[in-house]
Amino acid sequence: MADIRLIEIKEDILADNDKVAEEIRERLRSRQVFMLNLMASPGGGKTSLIIETLRGLKDVLRSAVIEGDIDSVVDAEKVVQEGIPAVQLRTGGACHLDAVMVEMALREMDLYALDLIIIENIGNLVCPAEFDTGAVKKAMILSVPEGDDKPLKYPLMFTVCDALVVNKIDYLAMADFDMKVLKERVLKLNPKIRIFEVSCKTGEGIPAWIQWIRDEVANFKK
Amino acid sequence: MHELPVTENILKVVLRHAEEAKAGKVISVSLRIGELSDVIDEWLQRYFDYLSKGTLAEGAALRVERVPVVFRCEGCGESFHVNIREVKDIVCPACGGGKATFISGREFFIKNIEVI
Repeated sequence: MADIRLIEIKEDILADNDKVAEEIRERLRSRQVFMLNLMASPGGGKTSLIIETLRGLKDVLRSAVIEGDIDSVVDAEKVVQEGIPAVQLRTGGACHLDAVMVEMALREMDLYALDLIIIENIGNLVCPAEFDTGAVKKAMILSVPEGDDKPLKYPLMFTVCDALVVNKIDYLAMADFDMKVLKERVLKLNPKIRIFEVSCKTGEGIPAWIQWIRDEVANFKK
Repeated sequence: MHELPVTENILKVVLRHAEEAKAGKVISVSLRIGELSDVIDEWLQRYFDYLSKGTLAEGAALRVERVPVVFRCEGCGESFHVNIREVKDIVCPACGGGKATFISGREFFIKNIEVI
């Protein structure tokens, strides 16, 4: 019998995806388009936050949305009603968007006519955390009804994001949600993360979040 | 949940290296995956068995080495393992300090393969 040989590989499992993601970032850089990957649980408020954000930015930035959805187009329709261009990606069951899918959506967009693209990822705190989409920054939403223990249950998501939007703070009075404990937990996993407390319903906190995006876009274009 | 696309990538990398080495068959694949990753070993193997049918890697065993989640205490410098999904809080076992920095547990790569 032939000898067993050991071949050292030491290659990242998702190296192929990461390569496409890097190519996307290079292209966005040359076209001066900032792309944000927004992730959250189902019902966390991704579509609402996107609509609030882009309403606030409509006079300053030219924006578009990539909508990831397992099998529907309702979110894209809501966004288009706001007059915001949207490309719908139906993943047909896949639980996350990856760089190849985002690349397909970008082909449908006129990058020279845009400053900002927001990716609405699939509602899921697990899988999207593993896949680089080519976005320049990553943000996540945690909504108050989900509970302040989520950083311990989905730690990877909290470690990969640049910003955390705590949404539905209008529910705080009714929920056993300790904002101080949440922040401590999140900052341990990711000391650099920026945390915004907002309510898409009342509009509270939205201006600070919008300002963060404006600053990030301005930094990127420098 | 996302084991299928992950497994497709593993198989692609494994076959590329096996072909380059002019191997007759892949016996095993060693992976290094951080405890923060939610992939389930058993599903990786099942998908791998399914996807690798008729290839050089058919029948290969996946060996997953889990890299523990480690934090370092900012107070005393102690590095400690955290069972991240079971703890309520991250506290240094040496000094009881509550400020700690994330060190490892996000690894996600293919270490080596055994071929004949």
